[in-house]
Amino acid sequence: MTSSIPIATTIASSLSAEGATVELIGVVKDYGSHRALNAIDLKIQPGEFIALLGPSGCGKTTALRALSGLETVNGGRILIDGVDVAAVPTNKRDIGMVFQSYSLFPHMTSLENVEFGLRMRKVAAGERRSRALEALEMVGLGAFAERFAHQLSGGQQQRVALARALVTRPRVLLLDEPLSALDAKVRVSLRDEIRRIQTELGITTVFVTHDQEEALAVADRVAVMKDGIIEQIGTPEELYTTPATPFVADFVGLSNRVSAQLSGGTVLVHGTKLDLLGDGQPDGPVTAYIRPEDIAIEGKGIPATVVASSFLGSLRRTQVVLDDGSLLSIQHDVDTRPQPGDAVFLRLKGSPVSAVPR
Amino acid sequence: MTAAQRIGTEPSKLTRGIILGVVGIVFAIPIIAMVQFTFRDGLGGGLTLDHWTGLFSEEAARTYRGLFQAIGNSAVLAIVTVGIVLVVLLPTMILVHLQFPKLKRVLEFICIIPITVPAIVLVVGLAPVYSVVVKIFGSGAWTLAFAYGITVLPYAYRAIQANLDAIPVVTLSEAARSLGAGWITVLRTVLLPNLRRGVLAASFISVAVVLGEFTIASLLNRVNLQTALLQVSQSDPYVAVIFAFLALVLVFVLLLIIGRVGSSGRNRNQS
Repeated sequence: MTSSIPIATTIASSLSAEGATVELIGVVKDYGSHRALNAIDLKIQPGEFIALLGPSGCGKTTALRALSGLETVNGGRILIDGVDVAAVPTNKRDIGMVFQSYSLFPHMTSLENVEFGLRMRKVAAGERRSRALEALEMVGLGAFAERFAHQLSGGQQQRVALARALVTRPRVLLLDEPLSALDAKVRVSLRDEIRRIQTELGITTVFVTHDQEEALAVADRVAVMKDGIIEQIGTPEELYTTPATPFVADFVGLSNRVSAQLSGGTVLVHGTKLDLLGDGQPDGPVTAYIRPEDIAIEGKGIPATVVASSFLGSLRRTQVVLDDGSLLSIQHDVDTRPQPGDAVFLRLKGSPVSAVPR
Repeated sequence: MTAAQRIGTEPSKLTRGIILGVVGIVFAIPIIAMVQFTFRDGLGGGLTLDHWTGLFSEEAARTYRGLFQAIGNSAVLAIVTVGIVLVVLLPTMILVHLQFPKLKRVLEFICIIPITVPAIVLVVGLAPVYSVVVKIFGSGAWTLAFAYGITVLPYAYRAIQANLDAIPVVTLSEAARSLGAGWITVLRTVLLPNLRRGVLAASFISVAVVLGEFTIASLLNRVNLQTALLQVSQSDPYVAVIFAFLALVLVFVLLLIIGRVGSSGRNRNQS
């Protein structure tokens, strides 16, 4: 019965944190012979904002859809506040969802769209309207209540979709790449707004994205996925500074792959000794992953030739080629302006690195 | 201008006018001839309203009782056929679209088959089927709607499928379900309002096909508008032509409504 779904009395009262605990325990999903989710485990704390990050086909959207009930799972348990919902249909799970493609009902106005979830919960017309208007105000679209989807921009449509997902005060908010169809500027602004609203409402939120910058910017914790498993889960800082695997090092942020030699837990890169992140690797030739900001342009050191240099606003990124032909990307301040063809010297700053046997 | 550019160029206003004029004349001449025929006063060449006014006399009601019965039969057949389209075809198409997309091609193939089979061949196959239908449902004219439900499949399928392809059915239904709607509510409050144009087009085209159908009804010994018109035309060709003309007008009006609904949908999407 849809009326059994818990509802908030007003949006305003939902400003207090009441998120649910979400747990995926050994969740398996197969599409024929392809295993999309390979026994993933994930525990999300109440009110936490977690991002599922990974390349296309890594299983992040499948995990989200399994959580929403839009995909059935072949094994494992999905717990919301300790209750196994794996067999509960989507419309009974009390979730809010924003989709990648625009999903506003075309025959309804913005207000009617936002009212829809409340109507399903049999909320009285007057309260329904006031709460829907309040939700639209929350996303800054109170003046657009009577507009249809085709009269709104992409960013506005996603804002209405967010208001629609939040107005019922769901236990969990699921965001399936909601920004990917938007242009860059709108994407950043809506991203920040989603984070602000989530923080205010305290709703447990799962955000799927393939954009690592987006994930690092908004999430409390990020789960990096690859081939149906979670490679690493941690705060954005942890993922960036101490990646658990070369894949994470490569996928989160920029990394230079450099030939090196591993010996006794120390990585020797072009004559510089760097600590190895993680342990248990045998000595021998490795590929080390070095962040662009961990390399400096100095007066002496490893000789290199500038290939290109790009101004990125608050910093500059320069590509150089070493004598052995390997290409490196270096991040530095904007006041240093190397020109293509310039001979420069590089210094490795000494930050620990990930490495994988060659 | 190259040949390729000429091919891609929109025809001029004059060309369009000529094409429209020629096509209009091809369609208009027989219709005008029909109308003129209904006012003809026998072989003398004069004009009269008698054939039209005679339809409203008590004598006509008795004489053409069979024809009026056939009109009633065709109306019932149209309603039942549209019912079959709405109750069987539409939910099947939505189900395939949402849950079994791999079956889309199979469904399309099945729905297109009737257009490739001549009505006379269809009847050969339907005759033994109807011997069973008669045992179960009796021999009422309305049972012909089972056959018409098959003959209208290609037209109704195309109309609904075009609309299904034009809206993000999967995303809309998933969004509605995530908001707490059950499947029936999704269908009633989200999908059907957005499929209105396709459903209306499928319904009206089905009505048009049913009103114009002769072969199956005749060969299965059922009475509908077309078989009755043929019968009446043996004794009073004027009345037969009047009713044929009125049926044409009805179908034309239905098509106009489809066009109006379609263009209002397009305008709304473009605004």
